[in-house]
Amino acid sequence: MSNYALISIIVVYLIFLFGVAFFAEKNQKSKWVNNPYVYVLSLAVYCTAWTYYGSVGIASQSGISFLTIYLGPVIALPLWIVLMRKIIRISKQQKISSIADFISLRYGNNRLLGALVTITCLLGVIPYIALQLKAVSETFEIITDKDGYISTGVFDDSTFYISLLIAVFVAFFGTRSSDASERKKGIVASVALESVIKLVFFLVVGIYVTFYLFDGTSDIYRQASQTTNFKSLSAFGGVEDGFNWLFTIALSFFAIFLLPRQFHVAVVENERENHLKKAIWLFPLYLLLFNVFVIFIAWAGNIRLPASVNNDYYSLLLPLQEGNLLLSSMVFIGGFSAVISMIVVSTLALSTMVSNNVVIPYGFIKKMVEGNPEANAKRIKNMRRIAIFILIISAYFFYIEFSTQLSLYSIGLISFVVISQLAPSFFFGLFWRRGTAKAAKIGICIGLSVVIYTLISPVIANAINPYNTLVSEGLFGMGWLRPAQLFGLDYLTPESNAFLWSLSFNLLGFVIISISSKGNYRERNYAEMFVNHENYENLQEGAFIWKGEAYVADIKELLSRFLGDKRTNRALDIFNRKYGISEKEEKADARLINFSEKLLTGTLGSASAKLLLSSVSKEKPISLVEVLSILEDTKETKASNRLLLEKSEELATMAEQLRFANEELRSQDKQKDEFLDTVAHELKTPITSIKAASEVLDDDDMPSELRNQFLENIGRDTDRLATLIHNILDLEKLSGNRAELMISEQNITKTIAKAIAGVAQIAQKRGVTVEFDASKKVKVLYDEDRIIQVLTNLLSNALKFTERKDGIIHIELEEQDKHVEIAVTDNGKGIPKTEQKYIFDKFYQSKYQNTKKPQGSGFGLAICKKIIESHSGAIWADKNYKEGARLVFTLPK
Amino acid sequence: MSKRKILIVDDEPNIVMSLEYAFKKKAFEVFVARDGTEALDIAEKQLPNVILLDIMMPQMDGYETLKRIRENNDLKDTKVIFLSAKNKVTDMEKGLQLGADSYMTKPFSIKKVIADVEQLIT
Repeated sequence: MSNYALISIIVVYLIFLFGVAFFAEKNQKSKWVNNPYVYVLSLAVYCTAWTYYGSVGIASQSGISFLTIYLGPVIALPLWIVLMRKIIRISKQQKISSIADFISLRYGNNRLLGALVTITCLLGVIPYIALQLKAVSETFEIITDKDGYISTGVFDDSTFYISLLIAVFVAFFGTRSSDASERKKGIVASVALESVIKLVFFLVVGIYVTFYLFDGTSDIYRQASQTTNFKSLSAFGGVEDGFNWLFTIALSFFAIFLLPRQFHVAVVENERENHLKKAIWLFPLYLLLFNVFVIFIAWAGNIRLPASVNNDYYSLLLPLQEGNLLLSSMVFIGGFSAVISMIVVSTLALSTMVSNNVVIPYGFIKKMVEGNPEANAKRIKNMRRIAIFILIISAYFFYIEFSTQLSLYSIGLISFVVISQLAPSFFFGLFWRRGTAKAAKIGICIGLSVVIYTLISPVIANAINPYNTLVSEGLFGMGWLRPAQLFGLDYLTPESNAFLWSLSFNLLGFVIISISSKGNYRERNYAEMFVNHENYENLQEGAFIWKGEAYVADIKELLSRFLGDKRTNRALDIFNRKYGISEKEEKADARLINFSEKLLTGTLGSASAKLLLSSVSKEKPISLVEVLSILEDTKETKASNRLLLEKSEELATMAEQLRFANEELRSQDKQKDEFLDTVAHELKTPITSIKAASEVLDDDDMPSELRNQFLENIGRDTDRLATLIHNILDLEKLSGNRAELMISEQNITKTIAKAIAGVAQIAQKRGVTVEFDASKKVKVLYDEDRIIQVLTNLLSNALKFTERKDGIIHIELEEQDKHVEIAVTDNGKGIPKTEQKYIFDKFYQSKYQNTKKPQGSGFGLAICKKIIESHSGAIWADKNYKEGARLVFTLPK
Repeated sequence: MSKRKILIVDDEPNIVMSLEYAFKKKAFEVFVARDGTEALDIAEKQLPNVILLDIMMPQMDGYETLKRIRENNDLKDTKVIFLSAKNKVTDMEKGLQLGADSYMTKPFSIKKVIADVEQLIT
């Protein structure tokens, strides 16, 4: 294929990607753009040219050890549900836009730490990007079949132009908003699409090789097993290999969290937390599919292709050997997709880190405070665009200078080892409160130094002087300082060796310094917030980590510089409304400071945001005690927030209940009036009678018989008055719980018998039989006089309504688990349904009494009820009893 | 002149007894009813000059009884005096509105009741 034809294909493909990105940006809400599958596919940015080509190379040389790079993520993914969810929640809450921001915020917005993380990432990722360019360049040459053609300069090299095109793409879609924490749907959509393309094309070539060139997997195996050194390719290599395996798995485990591009797609671009649930099984499945044919392509290449070719490119060379240019181009485009997506996301993440964690906090913050919002936004965007170009161009030059010496696989591993230096401060920071900024910085520095010495210095030394003795004899000729066999450990690969020692020293430094020194209050507070994240989720704007003095006006002015007046006003308006703060409030509180800090973090990075806010506020140290007390409050607020929701629902019910209660009250008020009326009436009646009698008695002509009758009436009315007054007072005493009960343990059977004896005479007179089985002996605690009062009352009522000669009153005593139940049943006329509700009311007097004038005060059952209730019992009329009245009460045992 | 007739309606026998004695003494022909229904019966038959009417009675209260009395043309001119323990102005007004001629609150003075009755029927 000609040079130009391939370039045309590349350009068309890039235009297609532009289109997809455009579509996604325009249709941000579309479900094509927002779904868990796009999220999972964007995670597959993990599979770069290294996977696409390098795995085959490794498989052809050293067998299945290529798998280790995928085992790490597969092991890591189940942990995502816990770990990644925590990271995503913290990041979203704090508007974190990169791993540098994440780590620096954890250690109290430490500016230097953010810069150091950024530098680490640059060291790790630029060679990695170079590796991608190397792959593009080499595959380009293979496809165009110009063995003799060697680029003579930068401007003559197609790879250079391809790099520039990619830079334009990233700059265009990656810097649309100055807020880096905003999601970039266009880029994510294009990355997801590329993930599909690279997987499909790789599977196509895998199937082509396995089933078209060969007769299936067993055919390849059979033929491959006849080649020399096949055994070493398909088996494990003993203990040493085991260690190498272990370290590489650990390395890739860290990489899936720490690589800037992985952090970017997994955390910053995460749309919904529950997308994680799909990711934890779909992503491993993706990796599995990607690796299915690797080993077969590798074996096939070993069988079919001459030993002189670069075995990284078997997948491209095998169809090419058959003259299948279409398939080769597809493979090329698949690899190109892997390259582009990696470069795009990596440079995007790195450019944000460079601008937010290095350039702005160290150089531009002053200028920005003076500038206007449009200029600031423009400046930030330009800064990132320039960073993108510089990054890609540096990667290009790295590729030109160094990549000829290194294979794809080893550049990738070096990258991973560098990035894994962030692991101690990152993972310990999530779970260990003690970690401090100083410790993180020193740990990373130590780790990086070891990596540079063990992995990078040999490469540099070789580039300078191919005959140097550093590798073979060690620094200054000291054998134990040989970079690849540090401390004499000679059975590990250089990368495993570097990983082991750098991470050990890094971790050691981090832990020792963390334990021996204490971080400042800010570090401790952020530590608390990251470690115990759940407790702070509902914290208002993470308010506890700031104490001091600031004016709203100053903060507003500051925000306006970066966000513009419109956005600032809108944000503050929302803030005020959310927390019910008056617009006239002059002093800013912790919530506003934190709110503003978060607003600025998205645009400028957390370190700059902190610096800016400290310029307009006077921060005071906040003690742990204060933090804890705020935390207590917060827990309460959190609880009450949850309650509030429930409450608002309850409130509706309560309003209903209230209305009901109100009606009840009104009716009670009416009842009280009626009660007083009735009391007055009941009291006045005997008084009237007495007064009238005494008036007529003033008559000398009155026959003595009549006179005696009147006198007798006066006496009876006086008694009635006395009883009435006694009852009223008794009831009120019981109602107010002022009546003292003389509780003692009694045999309730005896008490019942006593009560029956009291009414026996009247019963006999009326011919009513009272039945009671007095054989049981049940001990209960109660006030005997009061219970006799209740029983007497119930018996008299029963008697009153059982005038028939065959009247029977039956008393039952039933012992139950927790109480005794006593029922007084009669075979009288019963209680009418309409009255059952009222019989225990004060002054209730049945309208259906036999006597013309109701006897009794109308207090009887009301008093009974009070007495039983003060014994913690219950009294009721059995509604289901039809043959008369049945009144039941209980007494607790 | 025929004997003046008075109907006493109250469910309190003791009160009735005193009133009965006092009015008999004043040469009234006295009838007694224990409730509203009985009162209407007697009133229709005897056409008393005066009815002393209690308000709080079981079944048919005094107000209802008065209403029925006023519905009967024969009893149009019968004077009705409420005797009641209810002493609120509203109660009195209600009674008078329904067409009572006088309203006495319990406890009353028998002398006063007699004076009232005398005044109403002369």
